[in-house]
Amino acid sequence: MVSQAVARSAEGRVWAELATIPDPEIPAISLVDLGVIGSVSVDDEAVRVELLPTFVGCPAIGVMREQIGTRLASLALAGRVEVEISFDPPWTSDRITPEGRERLRLSGFAPPHIAPMAVSAGLDELAIVTVAECPYCGSTNTTMENPFGPTLCRAIFHCADCRQPFEQFKRV
Amino acid sequence: MTTAPPELELATREALAGLLLSVADDEFVIGFWDSEWTGIAPMLEEDVATSSIAQDEIGHAKALYELLADLTDDDPDRIAYGRDPSAFRHAALLNHARGDWAFSVARRYLYETADRARLAALARSSHEPLALVAGKMRREETYHLLHADAWRRRLAEASGEATTRFADSLRRLWPDAQEVFAPLVGEDTLVRDGILPEPMIALHRSWLADVRPILEPLTGPLPEKSPSADGRERRTDDFRWLHGEFTKVADSEAGALW
Repeated sequence: MVSQAVARSAEGRVWAELATIPDPEIPAISLVDLGVIGSVSVDDEAVRVELLPTFVGCPAIGVMREQIGTRLASLALAGRVEVEISFDPPWTSDRITPEGRERLRLSGFAPPHIAPMAVSAGLDELAIVTVAECPYCGSTNTTMENPFGPTLCRAIFHCADCRQPFEQFKRV
Repeated sequence: MTTAPPELELATREALAGLLLSVADDEFVIGFWDSEWTGIAPMLEEDVATSSIAQDEIGHAKALYELLADLTDDDPDRIAYGRDPSAFRHAALLNHARGDWAFSVARRYLYETADRARLAALARSSHEPLALVAGKMRREETYHLLHADAWRRRLAEASGEATTRFADSLRRLWPDAQEVFAPLVGEDTLVRDGILPEPMIALHRSWLADVRPILEPLTGPLPEKSPSADGRERRTDDFRWLHGEFTKVADSEAGALW
């Protein structure tokens, strides 16, 4: 039997290791800062990680899963590593940590706007808040050019002040 | 993924499997029709948007095929790529080829609005794995609906040929759009157990109340038509062609992993 204290410290090591694994699509941010790690547990049999996909069809999920498996196996904390995909709770862009938001901004991505998202509005009151702060000059004089971008989780904006196009990590 | 609770009766499991297959096939097929615009959409932004939406829809289908595979002890890839065209259960709305841009926008608008009504119900499903996936899908579908609605406005207000083509497409697709709400086999059981919190006919009524007032000023009166029992069973040459396209890679090397 692993004592509770030992399990807690093993879980701490898992979290620390996960914090060094970059997101495959935006390597500036780690899986922990992205908020895709739902939970971690360690017992005699296995290290178990719940992975919350940013988008249901995110093609990077397979890569994340593999990297988590390899890196955690190298810690040799238990016989095996299990990575479960979960939608409970669903990942939302509010799960990105403050450090993660800062790292996104430093690498040229506007972090997602924080506000409740209306998923049940009537057809005539549909609105997505199209607000983003330019990661280059900090201006909010920006316009959303396309809510769809190079990956499922990115939208394209343009800054009217520094005239720079930039991407926003989408709010979902 | 989560395994279905073993206490589900056989009849309930079969009905649930039918429900999952219907939603998954809708998402899968519209995703592949959308992907037909990759590279040739009317402008670069739309190339990116339709490709991204297509990827979302196929991703939703994948998650639902996985739930179904857990329930029926099957393989999600086999369900997606190993079935004969006649075994697909998407609504008749999705039987038509991509057509022109106005036709694609018309179909996407009809589908997204219908899907919205259905997902709102499924997010309240008593079958928790389904409720969770539906809840997550809804957040993404909001973007799709916004996209479809922006194009609905643009084409409706353009006047001239754009508006005529759009209105013609809406009238042509209208009867088949009702079939998104076609009754499911075992639906009474699903409603009784709260797996489908509202019967399809109720979802159909609320969808009609949403879209009629928006579309009829453009199209004129749209005919009253109830969803039909075979609304998810009719297949067309257009779909058989698409099926040939999306199974081509899987068929080229049986058992390959990708």
